[in-house]
Formats: sequence, C-alpha cells, structure tokens
Amino acid sequence: MEKTLPKIEIIEKYCKGCHICVEFCPKDVLEMKGFCVSVKNLEACIKCMQCELRCPDFAIKVITE
Amino acid sequence: MAFDYDKWIRPGKLPHIWCPGCGHGIVMKGLIRAMETLNLKKEETAVVSGIGCASRLPGYIDCCTLHTAHGRAAAFATGVKMAKPEMNVILVGGDGDGTAIGGNHFIHACRRNIDMTYIIMNNYIYGMTGGQFSPCTPTGHKASTTPYGNPDPGFDIAKLAIGAGATFVARGTAFHANQIDKLIVEAIQHKGFSVVEILDDCPTTYGRRNKYKSVIEMMNRLKEVAVPVKAAEKMTAEQLQGKVLTGVLYKEEVKPEYTAEYAKVIERAKASK
Repeated sequence: MEKTLPKIEIIEKYCKGCHICVEFCPKDVLEMKGFCVSVKNLEACIKCMQCELRCPDFAIKVITE
Repeated sequence: MAFDYDKWIRPGKLPHIWCPGCGHGIVMKGLIRAMETLNLKKEETAVVSGIGCASRLPGYIDCCTLHTAHGRAAAFATGVKMAKPEMNVILVGGDGDGTAIGGNHFIHACRRNIDMTYIIMNNYIYGMTGGQFSPCTPTGHKASTTPYGNPDPGFDIAKLAIGAGATFVARGTAFHANQIDKLIVEAIQHKGFSVVEILDDCPTTYGRRNKYKSVIEMMNRLKEVAVPVKAAEKMTAEQLQGKVLTGVLYKEEVKPEYTAEYAKVIERAKASK
C-alpha cells in the first residue's frame, strides 16, 4: 500500500521559534529557518502528531485525510 | 484530520502573549480538546481565572469567561456555580495565584467540594510580576527575590488539595501533552471539586535563573521526573526519590457535593415557613 503523506501547515505569524516541535519530532521532519519552523523532510513523517500536540503557539497543523 | 482549535478561540486573539516555549499554550490546547471531547456548550461553560500569566487563558477562549482579582478565581467561580448550578465551571491559574494569594480560597473551595474543576499550571514561580519565588519554588532554587537560593520548602499542591478535601486530584505535565486532555475530561466529569495540577515550564523568569539552558532542557526535566501512578507502585522509595507522580492521584465519590446540599437547605427553609 502506498504511504499517504500528510500536509504540515505552519502558521508563521504564530510561531515564536521555541524549538519544541523540532526537538521532540521522532523522525526529524522539521527544522528551524531563522525564527520560524519549516518542514525539512516530509517523507519521513509518521503522522504521530507530537508537534501539533506540543506546539504552545497553535502554529503547527498536521493535516491527514 | 488536524484538530480544529479555532472553534474555541476568540477570533483575532492569537498569537497569545506567552513567551516562546511557555507550557501554558500546551495546557490551553489540552483544555480545548477536553471541552470538545465532552461536547460542552459555549453558553453553559464558564472559564474563570485570577491574575497572572496562566490567568490570561480565559481571554483567548470563546465561551463564558471571567478574569477576576488576584487569587480570587475560586471565590468568583463559587458565585457563578451557586447562581447557575447547571454551568460547567472551570478555573485556571498559576501556582502563585492559586496557592499563595488565593490559598485560602483554594482550600475552602476544596473543603466545600463544590462541583468545579481547577486547573493549576505550576511553573514554580510568579512569572508575570517579575519572577518572585512562589510557594511552589523548590528549596534552594533561585528567583528574583531569592538570589541566593530559596530557603522555603515548596508546596505539594496535590497533597494540599487532598488534605483540604478535594474529591478528585490529578497531576500531569506540559511535556505529556496527550495526557492533559484526558485528565481534564475526567476532572470535569467528576461531580465535586476537582484539581488538576499541570507541571509547567517558565523559561523566561525561572529557567534562566536556575541554569536551564533552553526550553528543551526544561521539557526534558519534566519528562524525567514524571512517574505514572501505576509504575510507581512497583518502584522502591529510593527509586522514587526526586520523582513526581502523575495521573489520577485521588478520587472519592462519597462526599456530598455543595450545590446539591445547598438546594436541600433551600428546601428545608421553604418547608419550615
């Protein structure tokens, strides 16, 4: 079965660059670009939603079907 | 599908005022997920707070909200609950607001066992007012008013609540984000005074004074100290040294609830006329 990739939506206006999502992502999907988080490797995402759960700033959404 | 937090957020209020990495946002998300899980109606839910960083939370949530005097959240919430016992009343606040300035209101709300849920975000410090030590600051730790280390022993909020008579007491951490909403759901469902203590991080006024290099280090500390209640049963006292129990710590359903008891008083008064 082909793996379906989620869509990771980042609201740049809300992100305060705390690094929590980057550090606690088990698959190293995210990275910091300046003060804001961005997606580095979407293929590795396993949709565990840890980044969305732990983002204190409502800045990350992992959209699956 | 991503969880839709926007339904419970007042339009145009985000981004919030909390510092980068502050766990209050994580707790707010947990509360929103819990309210959505329970299908609470906005007009039948009141979120009440005092003063402080954590007490800014009701400003962002789109339901009935009250932002009141410092430490007096429990007093105002009691008023709301007595006037409208059908309301779901949720109190939010920090450790300084809840256990120092509002300590008296807190223990008496526990004693009365009035049907409310108190979410205490314990970040070990007064954040908003400039990092003064709170009753939860651990011994030896530094704050702006204890630059050589705090000589006082800290409060254990959960034990305080149990001792004062709360009938549901739970503890979680900002690191264990997916546990927060489950604890809050159970607390709201419980008929009686429920206390949910969430161990939090304050990187700005607590972390940098106590040699935490980053938010990540503070989060990792929460991860290390937290031990689920079930796992703790198999551990020795030595292994539990310096650890904090998480999960539902206490629950009892025998003690009568205050608004129900007060309704009986009204009945008796009417009958005696």
